[in-house]
Amino acid sequence: MGITRTPTSLTQSEATRGGIGESTLRPDGTLKVTGEFAYSSDLWHEDMLWGYTLRSTVAHATIASIDTGEALATPGVYAVLTYDDLPTEVKHYGLEIRDTPVLAHGKVRHHGEPVALVAADHPETARRAAAKIRVVYEPLPVITDEASATAPDAVLVHDGREDHHIGHVAHPNIVHRQPILRGDADRAAARADVVVSGEYVFGMQDQAFLGPESGLAVPAEDGGVDLYVATQWLHSDLRQIAPVLGLPERKVRMTLSGVGGAFGGREDLSMQIHGCLLALRTGKPVKIVYNRFESFFGHVHRHPARLWYEHGATRDGKLTHVRCRIVLDGGAYASASPAVVGNAASLSIGPYVVDDVDIEALALYTNNPPCGAMRGFGAVQACFAYEAQMDKVAARLGMDPVEFRQINAMEQGTVMPTGQLVDSPAPVAELLRRVKSRPLPPERQWETTEGADVRALPGGLSNTTHGEGVVRGVGYAVGIKNVGFSEGFDDYSTARVRMQVINGEPVATVHTAMAEVGQGGVTVHAQIARSELGVTQVTILPADTRVGSAGSTSASRQTYMTGGAVKNTCEAVREKVFDLGRRKFGTYHPAWATAELLLEGGRVVTDGGEALAEIADVLEDEVVDLELEFRHRPTQAFDLRTGQGNGHVQYSFAAHRAVVEVDTELGLVKVVELACAQDVGKALNPLSVVGQIQGGTTQGLGVAVMEEIVVDPKTALVRNPSFTDYLIPTILDTPTIPVDVLELADEHAPYGLRGVGEAPTLSSTPAVLAAIRQATGLELNRTPVRPEHLTGS
Amino acid sequence: MRVSFTVNGRPQEADDVWEGESLLYVLRERLGLPGSKNACEQGECGSCTVRLDGVPVCSCLVAAGQAQDRRVDTVEGLAGEGGELSPIQQAFVDAGAVQCGFCTPGLLVAADELLEHNPSPSDGDIREALSGNLCRCTGYEKILDAVRLAAARTGQAV
Ligand code: FES
Ligand code: FES
Repeated sequence: MGITRTPTSLTQSEATRGGIGESTLRPDGTLKVTGEFAYSSDLWHEDMLWGYTLRSTVAHATIASIDTGEALATPGVYAVLTYDDLPTEVKHYGLEIRDTPVLAHGKVRHHGEPVALVAADHPETARRAAAKIRVVYEPLPVITDEASATAPDAVLVHDGREDHHIGHVAHPNIVHRQPILRGDADRAAARADVVVSGEYVFGMQDQAFLGPESGLAVPAEDGGVDLYVATQWLHSDLRQIAPVLGLPERKVRMTLSGVGGAFGGREDLSMQIHGCLLALRTGKPVKIVYNRFESFFGHVHRHPARLWYEHGATRDGKLTHVRCRIVLDGGAYASASPAVVGNAASLSIGPYVVDDVDIEALALYTNNPPCGAMRGFGAVQACFAYEAQMDKVAARLGMDPVEFRQINAMEQGTVMPTGQLVDSPAPVAELLRRVKSRPLPPERQWETTEGADVRALPGGLSNTTHGEGVVRGVGYAVGIKNVGFSEGFDDYSTARVRMQVINGEPVATVHTAMAEVGQGGVTVHAQIARSELGVTQVTILPADTRVGSAGSTSASRQTYMTGGAVKNTCEAVREKVFDLGRRKFGTYHPAWATAELLLEGGRVVTDGGEALAEIADVLEDEVVDLELEFRHRPTQAFDLRTGQGNGHVQYSFAAHRAVVEVDTELGLVKVVELACAQDVGKALNPLSVVGQIQGGTTQGLGVAVMEEIVVDPKTALVRNPSFTDYLIPTILDTPTIPVDVLELADEHAPYGLRGVGEAPTLSSTPAVLAAIRQATGLELNRTPVRPEHLTGS
Repeated sequence: MRVSFTVNGRPQEADDVWEGESLLYVLRERLGLPGSKNACEQGECGSCTVRLDGVPVCSCLVAAGQAQDRRVDTVEGLAGEGGELSPIQQAFVDAGAVQCGFCTPGLLVAADELLEHNPSPSDGDIREALSGNLCRCTGYEKILDAVRLAAARTGQAV
């Protein structure tokens, strides 16, 4: 039909119809284009109230008093709650460390911390009533960086810590510290012909998912509550919510409603407990929807970081050693900080072979906004720094930056700094080769027959240049990300699969608690069921807590884990179908006992292709229904002193080439093309895989040139909590993203697949930075790059 | 106050509207049309895009009262009477332009308007027309694909 499409290429092994390997369309696609898909902010209940959260206007203070009288007296207000109204002894929650107060108690530790809740019959009434709550704050000194956090007389962000990290940190304002020592960096450094060091700064990035935090809590007759919410992990929420409400978990029934993106920002609780508290207090359904301003305070962000690196190499381009120190700002509460530290440390040198390393990563407690999970999770910050270092070393050696990377690229059989053997394909050099060999976009790509198309130039529609003073640069980067939960975590997922005959046709029903946040897991589950069970009709039930945990939609793990769980349960269901068939028809045909059996096209067939029976005839009125858990290979904790341990399940790799054009006079950058090559092991749904890669790439682009939450270093107040001042890439800022997908199977993973979602977010940022450095000759040790960094003014 | 206007061809009325209420709020919370989204309520994201007398606007920035006696078209009005998807809706599904889908309603309304007055837009035209609509999931590539696909399909049909 002659429609231009972004070039994408996929070297694919095999695909089955509607099954795995095919780009089947999303089952929720039609609902999403008609506006009928119910997101958590769309929920409505007769008689429902609106909840609103009053948040602190200062970053660190003791609360001298809270007066709710006037707010409570406001017509239309049904409840006002503070810490004193919490119903049980459990008043804190947290992913790993329960350090976050449900409502502030005597103290606030960051700007925007929840202090009180209001329920009213109109959202504006709730907002206005909240404004009448009088909170008297007595300011405390703010901790904003490593120096202020670890000073001997520093105020402690958390008094009396009892968590399991306090024993191995040098100061109570350090959440967790992970060193990794391997080989002898001092001795190896003596062999180096060049040594390059640098200090890097990574700004605070926001997930900026478009669907605001929201949900609806409905009180139930049994004293429990039904909660409809957008989240990444229903069962983790449940584990944190129920004790605060004083309810057994079975009385807190959670259902996933439509999720408008997540990217890590929904791994922690937002309105869940608050909505339930208000619903239980008022006896009415309560809906809470954050607006964008509040959303910036309502979830954790990507850790900003300072990173120090030293790389050494011999004249022939072999890395001798790496020393690095990564300091992550975890903000006021722990959230996922300990795991982010583990990732940053263990992936700190990138996808390269280095035998002698001296690594340290740590996260601070400060009064800055809390930071936690975001796509790339600790590996993103490190990748930005080590890739800048790789370019610097290559330049010092007079080598081509891609060739230098390829010389040092890890491969299957490489040993990580943690001592873990990489035991599946690691095509790092090949990914670089692929992005490099792609033809470059034409020079002066903005020129048309009618003159310059300003939309294709730095400054775009603001029409600041017609091509004068515009310089091109090209940069490369590659990264490594772990897939799945690491460091000995018991990571599992559950799938329930039912097979029965409906209207003469075999139908499979798949039930999991997997949070579909946009990634397309629901599409893939149906594909897996079709492939494994030989049916065309698959029903995917809504995710809820009536089935076992699916784990989080994070760490690029859901296709591996819940996809793996669906596959695993389907296989068990299939065996049951075979058993039934053998009992019914085994005597008629010896192949039932002797042949390898398959389910295909609604039939039981032998591996030789002979049809033995219709599935419908095998099942008749029987229903096969199983719920099973699936686990990946166990991992180990990292040794607290040496960082040694088989901490990770799987690694994934992506490489980027960025082509930029820079208006050096005004400091404006236009990214012209951002090509990516990634190994995905097996693309279960190629269309979704490419979509993930392009989306991840764009988030990496954002933090390269525009995205940063700016926190005042003196007050720790957030300066830009809006889409007016926190910019994310628009369609004009985003270039063509050609994608090259490799499928090199990981034999340990279901279908050989490799988690896809995060790797492209890593290398995108340093590739863009490298390209800007090449265009401008500037050092640029911080991201995002702003115009003033390029013009020096 | 009472506000009445036409939504997707049907006269609608909302009572007890508070004067500060946006058109977006009235559509979503009073008229049962939550298809238009509320990603920022600051006029920055385009997820609330509707057409007011044919012109795309951010309905979060329009006071409900301003819509009095006017024609409002939302994402809910794109599909045909029998529920069949419009070309731009079908193209978004087919091209993989929908991930979380929160940006989708606004993009569809904006893209539909673009194709109405420019049936074969260049990539530059598409980017310009959709530059007020943020998407955080897709990297926009497949959204471009979808608009190109809809344009090509419609062009063929004529
Ligand atoms: S909600 Fe109206 S522009 Fe964002
Ligand atoms: S698909 Fe999620 S914001 Fe566009």
